[in-house]
Amino acid sequence: MNTAAAIDPRHAAGQRLRERVFRAATFVAALLVLTLLGGVALSLLQGAWPALAHFRLRFLTSEVWNPVTDQFGALAAVYGTLVTSLIALAIAIPVSLGIAIFLTQLAPLWLKRPVSIAIELLAAVPSIIFGIWGLFVLAPVLQRHVQPWLIDTVGPLPLVGRLFQGPPFGIGILTAGIVLAIMVVPFISAVTRDVFETVPDVLKESGYGLGATTWEVIWQVVVPYARTGMIGGIMLGLGRALGETMAVTFVIGNAHRIGSSLLAPGTTISAAIANEFTEAVGDLYTSSLVALGALLFLITFSVIAAARFMLLRLERRALSPV
Amino acid sequence: MSRRVLRKLINLAALGLSVLATAVGLFFLGAILWTLLGRGLAGMSTLLFTAMTPPPGSSGGLLNAIYGSVVMTLIAILIGGPIGMLAGTHLAEYGRDSRLSAVIRFVNDVLLSAPSIIVGLFVYQLLVLRMGHFSAIAGAVALAIIAIPVTVRTTEDMLNLVPQGMKDASTAMGAYPWRTITSVIYPAARSGIVTGLLLAVARISGETAPLLFTALNNQFWSSSLNAPMANLPVVIFQFALSPYPNWQQLAWSGALLITFSILALSIAARFAVSRLGPGGQR
Repeated sequence: MNTAAAIDPRHAAGQRLRERVFRAATFVAALLVLTLLGGVALSLLQGAWPALAHFRLRFLTSEVWNPVTDQFGALAAVYGTLVTSLIALAIAIPVSLGIAIFLTQLAPLWLKRPVSIAIELLAAVPSIIFGIWGLFVLAPVLQRHVQPWLIDTVGPLPLVGRLFQGPPFGIGILTAGIVLAIMVVPFISAVTRDVFETVPDVLKESGYGLGATTWEVIWQVVVPYARTGMIGGIMLGLGRALGETMAVTFVIGNAHRIGSSLLAPGTTISAAIANEFTEAVGDLYTSSLVALGALLFLITFSVIAAARFMLLRLERRALSPV
Repeated sequence: MSRRVLRKLINLAALGLSVLATAVGLFFLGAILWTLLGRGLAGMSTLLFTAMTPPPGSSGGLLNAIYGSVVMTLIAILIGGPIGMLAGTHLAEYGRDSRLSAVIRFVNDVLLSAPSIIVGLFVYQLLVLRMGHFSAIAGAVALAIIAIPVTVRTTEDMLNLVPQGMKDASTAMGAYPWRTITSVIYPAARSGIVTGLLLAVARISGETAPLLFTALNNQFWSSSLNAPMANLPVVIFQFALSPYPNWQQLAWSGALLITFSILALSIAARFAVSRLGPGGQR
């Protein structure tokens, strides 16, 4: 830029114009992100309206899903979504905690980065791959070896036994939960590892100074300090699990009913939409599927929003001096 | 004394379990890759890259699906990349401290983890219903919507890493902010932004759910953006669940292809900027 050009009023005006255009462009793009979420919510509501107006509360409380008689209730799909996600969390939380402990407290430096990356790569594997792997590799193993054992040993027990009765299908709620667990482990462990890293060394050293073992330092110093962040990470993982589609569609069995056994086939909201949407005939059927989508949006939105809120609060705490 | 032994035992057990947990995580990554190699390599041949998806029982390849995936991913990143970069620029520079930006950041984070099938439903309502038919462009738009939040997040993070001194120096020379951003900040953050775009490509190229009711699938070669277009994820979905052995074989080969492309992309992105940790994906 030479001085003559900088003084030239026409040049200055051109610069100002470009400044205004560029600034406006970035602002519009930022606003677009905002409208995207609003647009998704509005369009789902619009598409779901016929079904919601027709069934009203029955849509939430009915288990019947019958395209032939045009009776649609979301209960079985909601049940499947919640139960598979809970199974996933029950498995993924301890495993993720273990991985985070290994990565932050135990692993030698040369092992830390490769293991970290490998676990993160698990998150990059597309969900459809988990689906076919779950259906063709995991499900047969579960059917032949794991489920018969569960049925024989846990099945006869009172109360919990009911969850593990019936024939071993291989596919079903439990299998979907296990596949989901594998999928959310990288997310939860990455967040947990990051918040573990933020624990000040002084705190840990005081623990060791008092004669605590490594585990006691982890459980009584590190975990309490990192609790909010961990819960945020877990909720993030839950959000993933609730909305996960392809992996579940392969292994859930696609049955719109609530079985008492976890080994029985079921369905989830996303699996039902993926399976039936393109084949749905009639406005009420399509609209009911969109209504399922709206329900899923509502559930995941609340979970993700809560998770982000928690992580945000944590970030602020990390920024302020201790 | 026994209490001390007990504590040591608990310590050993807990740490042992955490090593075990890591082994379990790594085992599943290994198991999945092993299965893909074992089943997918059998179908690797030149036919895979030169022939169309076949009808049941006859031989064929995945050419139209590979082409469709590449085209839709490219269009998606061409739409989503610039929008995401501009929005990220606003968050990092012009609107860094405004209230609205805080809201946008929050909304972006929500979009980042929103279920992709919801995006598919949204685009179906927005485009497919209005146009009256499934189309490649609808699929690309759905993928773009998934790419935008990833790009916004990485762009903002990367721009924030550029030292304030560089921006101040440019401003002191009389440059307008747009000049500072395009001539100083973007070049300084280039490798980071490219990494973000690579991660976005990795993220969308394996997405299946948003394509199911937007691009659908196409048995034949089609380069029209206004018609349904074949794509690897949906072909894998349909072929894997079919009862035909040759279709299932193609599904495994496609799965191998897509997974290793995405893993290669993710690793390349990581090496481009080792500074960018998992934050890019969250």
